[in-house]
Amino acid sequence: MDFLYNVSIDPILQIVEDPVFFIQVIAEGLMAGVMYSLIALGICLIYKASGVFNFAQGIFIVFAVLCMITVFEYGVPIIPAVIVAFLVMVALSWAIERIVLRNMVNQEEIIMFMATIGLSFFLEGLGQTVFGGDSKLVPTEALHIGRDALVIPMFGSSIRLQELDLTAGVIAALLVGILALFFQKTPVGRALRAVADDHQAALSIGIPLQWMWVVVWSVAGLVALVAGIMWGASSSVDFSLVVIALKALPVLILGGFTSVPGVIVGGLIIGVGEKIAEIYWGDALGGSIEEWFAYLLALVFLMFRPQGLFGEKIIERV
Amino acid sequence: MIYREGGQIKTSYAADQQIFPINQDRWIIYGFIAFLFVIPPLFATEYHYEVILYPVLSLGLAALGLNILTGYCGLISLGTGGFMAVGAYSAFKITTAFPDLNIFIVFILAGVISALFGILIGLPSLRIKGFYLAVTTLAAHFFIEWAINRIDWLSNYSPSHTIGGPPRDMFGITVMGPTADPAAKYLIMLIVVVVLGFVAKNLIRGRVGRSWMAIRDMDIAAELIGIKPLQTKLLAFAISSFYIGVAGALYVLMYLESVDPEAFEILTTSFPVLFMIIIGGLGSIMGAFMGAAFIVLIPVILRNSFPALGLDVPSHVIQHIEFMLFGGLIVFFLIVEPHGLARLWQIVKEKLRLWPFPH
Repeated sequence: MDFLYNVSIDPILQIVEDPVFFIQVIAEGLMAGVMYSLIALGICLIYKASGVFNFAQGIFIVFAVLCMITVFEYGVPIIPAVIVAFLVMVALSWAIERIVLRNMVNQEEIIMFMATIGLSFFLEGLGQTVFGGDSKLVPTEALHIGRDALVIPMFGSSIRLQELDLTAGVIAALLVGILALFFQKTPVGRALRAVADDHQAALSIGIPLQWMWVVVWSVAGLVALVAGIMWGASSSVDFSLVVIALKALPVLILGGFTSVPGVIVGGLIIGVGEKIAEIYWGDALGGSIEEWFAYLLALVFLMFRPQGLFGEKIIERV
Repeated sequence: MIYREGGQIKTSYAADQQIFPINQDRWIIYGFIAFLFVIPPLFATEYHYEVILYPVLSLGLAALGLNILTGYCGLISLGTGGFMAVGAYSAFKITTAFPDLNIFIVFILAGVISALFGILIGLPSLRIKGFYLAVTTLAAHFFIEWAINRIDWLSNYSPSHTIGGPPRDMFGITVMGPTADPAAKYLIMLIVVVVLGFVAKNLIRGRVGRSWMAIRDMDIAAELIGIKPLQTKLLAFAISSFYIGVAGALYVLMYLESVDPEAFEILTTSFPVLFMIIIGGLGSIMGAFMGAAFIVLIPVILRNSFPALGLDVPSHVIQHIEFMLFGGLIVFFLIVEPHGLARLWQIVKEKLRLWPFPH
């Protein structure tokens, strides 16, 4: 009975008793959700354009941000350092297209997925050889990212927001806006959408598929760099972040693999759900339920919509 | 010339339906199994057992289980580590609760418990497909990992949730635990693997296996010809989890001897086993073991090759290079032969059929 009370009634009472704290939890959840969305966004872009589920996005994030930090530590100003890191990601994308993707056109999805896991192993070894295995901090002062907390009074109490999280939210929104413009208005963006729709049809009207892949993997590299900076600003960066791609998976399936809005909404839902569950239900269930709660949440959504919230309807033909 | 079925005329139904209808196949397979039973116990050292034979047998069995699900029934699973953990922890609980129980029965019971979990996890598979299903199995994995870290009862209240194989005897010889005879341990594992391997072979060439393959190729079409998707998929989940559970029990109680829950992390269990079936060949029993041998042997060879070449490289650099070579080899392999080692074996057999005359 005690357990039932703890899981069913007690959390509701807590929420009703202290609604401001509840709002605080939701705000924190939204901020965490923005990070999940940023990670998942890179994977979603690549999946749309090349049909590859890129497990290596996690190592992309680590690689990009470590590259930036290393260049910065050599005394280069921060803006050129960011540009150098982006150029490294472009070069990496080009190499991946040349060596891996070009040779694996038309393979099954699972085989491509395994190839990106292989790629992830390879880049992890390479990164540790080049950058060393130590964890590093993103130079937040040089990037003008504030680290203070903002206190907003509300109903006689107050909620605290980290400036850092707000910056992340704004930057993520800007990034998504720019990507939307890029996809909708530029010729390259239109070509990318065509490729995402149908590889063969896109090829037949003269869109250079392989060039498009380089573009989209580079864009994913840029997204990885931004995600890495944001993640690294609040905690240190090291190679254990590689499994972050697994955190993005529930976000992706909840939103639908191929939809950018889906990824944003999915990330926010997962972020908020996870925080609420951890704070109000965590103790009753034994703590750190964050590890699997996101998956459970995604699973519940999947039972009702097997293609995710915004995914294309699955049509099956015999 | 050497390998051909010409002239091998079958005169009874039993002969026509035997497991290996071609004589050469039969000789090679039975010869190899006999080799495995006789040669290693006579010549292998402790190093060979610990580094090659135990991991290949236990992980190969897990790969076989995953291959039943992914290779034959077309359902992708990333939760192998979780099912191995279920098998290992239930085997541990059973054998500590009933110390006199024969360890073969312990393994089978552990497999059955794992199979029940598999059925539970498999329930969404009717509605959810492809990558989406892979993520639901991942959910199971993380949940199981969380549970074995929280529930003290599962590890008999050991402080760091460590479990291990207690000493067990069979016919007067210690076959499990730290004092066990390595060869006896190896033979026990080999018996389990060989028996389960033949069971799998028979399942797959029978009605069950055919319906799995029909579901894999096109589930709607399979439904139209009268295969029940729910039962078939759940059966695949159950049997696959049974194999993986038994493999987990072997992996922990026989091979590693003492593990904490971290041994079942996704990067150390689920992904390597998935690599094994992809490199070995999806939908092949031999392939699962060939893949296991490949994945187990690569790091061993890499680690030994640097000193052999006379290079003095610090150990952390070796580890990084190992990572790079491992990842690179996997990508290379997937590019060159996406159908795996089993396909290469197939090609060799076809060449042998015509050899030495190419046409």
